[in-house]
Amino acid sequence: MPIELKMPALSPTMEEGTLAKWLVKEGDAVKSGDILAEIETDKATMEFEAVDEGTITRIVVAEGTDEVKVGAVIAIMAADGEDATDLAAGGGKKPEHDAATATPAESTPAPSGDKVIEQPSDQKTEVHSDVTPHQMETAARDLVASVAHTRDEPDMPAGTEMVRQTVRDALRDAMAEEMRKDERVFVMGEEVAEYQGAYKVTQGLLDEFGPKRVVDTPITEYGFAGLGTGAAMGGLRPIVEFMTFNFAMQAIDHIINSAAKTNYMSGGQMRCPIVFRGPNGAAARVGAQHSQNYGPWYAAVPGLIVIAPYSAADAKGLLKAAIRSEDPVVFLENELLYGQSFNVPKVEDYVLPIGKAKVVREGKDVTLVSYSIGVGVALDAANQLAEQGIEAEVIDLRTLRPLDRRTVLASLAKTNRMVCVEEGWPGCSISSELMAIAMEEGFDDLDAPVLRVTDEDVPLPYAANLEKMALIDTARVVEAAKKVCYR
Amino acid sequence: MAKAASQKRADSKTADSKSSPSKTGAPPPTPNRERPPEPKRWEAGKDELLQYYRQMLLIRRFEERAGQLYGLGLIGGFCHLYIGQEAVAVGLQSAMEPGKDSVITGYRDHGHMLAYGIDPKLIMAELTGRAAGISKGKGGSMHMFSVDHKFYGGHGIVGAQVSLGTGLGFGHKYRGDGGVCLAYFGDGASNQGQVYESFNMAELWKLPIIYVIENNQYAMGTSVNRSSAEDQLYRRRESFRIPGLQIDGMDVLAVRGAAETALEWVRGGKGPILLELKTYRYRGHSMSDPAKYRSREEVQAVREKSDPIEQAKRELEAMGVKEEDLKAIDKEIREIVVEAADFAEQSPEPEPGELYTDILVETY
Repeated sequence: MPIELKMPALSPTMEEGTLAKWLVKEGDAVKSGDILAEIETDKATMEFEAVDEGTITRIVVAEGTDEVKVGAVIAIMAADGEDATDLAAGGGKKPEHDAATATPAESTPAPSGDKVIEQPSDQKTEVHSDVTPHQMETAARDLVASVAHTRDEPDMPAGTEMVRQTVRDALRDAMAEEMRKDERVFVMGEEVAEYQGAYKVTQGLLDEFGPKRVVDTPITEYGFAGLGTGAAMGGLRPIVEFMTFNFAMQAIDHIINSAAKTNYMSGGQMRCPIVFRGPNGAAARVGAQHSQNYGPWYAAVPGLIVIAPYSAADAKGLLKAAIRSEDPVVFLENELLYGQSFNVPKVEDYVLPIGKAKVVREGKDVTLVSYSIGVGVALDAANQLAEQGIEAEVIDLRTLRPLDRRTVLASLAKTNRMVCVEEGWPGCSISSELMAIAMEEGFDDLDAPVLRVTDEDVPLPYAANLEKMALIDTARVVEAAKKVCYR
Repeated sequence: MAKAASQKRADSKTADSKSSPSKTGAPPPTPNRERPPEPKRWEAGKDELLQYYRQMLLIRRFEERAGQLYGLGLIGGFCHLYIGQEAVAVGLQSAMEPGKDSVITGYRDHGHMLAYGIDPKLIMAELTGRAAGISKGKGGSMHMFSVDHKFYGGHGIVGAQVSLGTGLGFGHKYRGDGGVCLAYFGDGASNQGQVYESFNMAELWKLPIIYVIENNQYAMGTSVNRSSAEDQLYRRRESFRIPGLQIDGMDVLAVRGAAETALEWVRGGKGPILLELKTYRYRGHSMSDPAKYRSREEVQAVREKSDPIEQAKRELEAMGVKEEDLKAIDKEIREIVVEAADFAEQSPEPEPGELYTDILVETY
């Protein structure tokens, strides 16, 4: 019984990949653990290992082929003990090996997909050969889809040239530009240098700036957060990357007790110009300990600047501002946004002001206030509301501390209705703060109680169905907006 | 002290000839401090070694299948495989008593659970996020627990289990239940500050805990010598007066022998001990690690020269175990794993109401 080797899903977000290189050829015997091929995913080049023993009888998809869908048959293998020659299909026709010219149509010698070999099923079939690889189920995909469906353009004069860029690259460029300008700026963290960043945000920085300024640390968050803070006190400008902000919990004492309070306690003598950055919030099915939004935690602390950008342009402009700031900055990125592309102004030095929210979409009926990946959900909801005759204004807070209450209140004065959208827990949240501001300073403008759409008030579950229930989604935002509009 | 030490050696010699100390142990850094004897390679009979072989093979095949299910999209998030390190969990935990001695580890936890006899079906169903999973599908690969076995997780934050394990050891001593905690952590976690805070308390209070550094050489993409000023990690205990031993973690009998030495020390009320098990992971740090920090040849060389399962297999063959018997075991293990995978795939997802259960125990 031949085994169909199918394009595997090698990252949580992978939908298709490039079959970069075959490391076996037809007729090769392979055993469990042998590397069969190199596959480029959306994030990295991965090795595809053999699970079963047998002989490669046929390579279906040639190396160099792009856009191979997860689940497509890429090779056929005869199980151990079978006569490989009987199974060699395709009449010995070799796939195209010229990577430069190969396209799926030219290089696939037989009809692609599951029809390549139709074999009767057999009880001895490898147990999962009938399961086609598919993307894992995750609510993260819905969040990303909301981002992809909607647009967020930087506020620039008409005619400004734009480049399409991922959030990941925008952040990298921001660091590189500031490092070129200021010798005191350096990056430190786990896997930031030789590995090129756990999420590839620091890709290329080691090559350009060398190991003195791009520093791999041991896994010792409390230690290097303190070291970075001390370096800032002593006159450097550290960018401390946490592999995720979940790991910054090990270091939160230095962020709050050492970095945030220094200026105040020294009567303004001792500055701490440091940026703590890294991914924050829920990712894809990574469970309760790796899926938390620390925005409300840090935003509660006087002495800190807290930034949580959404678009690539904002990520770039605000990270540059953060690096230049004389104050300690907690810069909360979002892993699910790293691979999303936005227009970024192609200007010499794109820096944005800290503490200024942005009206991402204008509307007159209801204000949706959000930040980070919640902005995509709010924009998606606004589009759906527009189809139902409700024009929502969407505000991206961008900075969580200091909070731009003026922009929020101005919008509230215009729409008289507000819904907070937050990928995070409801209690003591940014939403709670916005609701308090609306009560204290916007009460006369309110035509309806402010509502909040947040994650459920539970640790994030691993199971796919429960994860979907726990995270925010567009439908809940639409429902809340209609409710405050009494529709 | 010297007198006490020689007295101890004499005692242990009469008590158990199997674990009798060798006279060729490394010279103690502080001569007048008692040290455990050099561990001896465990002399296992055929049946015993077959049992270890079976357990290691179960872990290997289970993990290969988990990797495959990840590729099929049935397992999500992070998934850290134990392939290559099987001899560590099997060698150590075969010496422990499930239900009496406690075990705790980090996120690379599937192997330790299997070595403690936890049902592969429940583990695999947790990996696929199903209601029948050991955490009802709410924990996932990194967060699995079995209080019945005294297996306390399954922790996602690097190094956390070291302090938690020290607390489990504290509990054993507090209750006087004779139990010992086995706390695993990696070479990467060995750089976390809480490890040393824990070492200090454990020795100060003579807590019954075996600290195990599973040194698989890479903390994600950073090799030990790029992250550790003292790269001989068993020496990390020196300023805490905790004895430390470095062991070949690819040889299940060497590991088992070390477990005997460590248990004798800890059960004897002498406080903690640190074992550094030199091992190797064949796969990436997690399923989404491209592992570009090491060469393919390096991985292949370890597989070919020091694979723990192949080593045990050769030894079994030398003991006269026939190839067909080993093949029969292989077949039996494959069936167990296939059954676990089928179970994990076919079990239903948790009921929606489970989202809100288990947050607090009591109602207020």
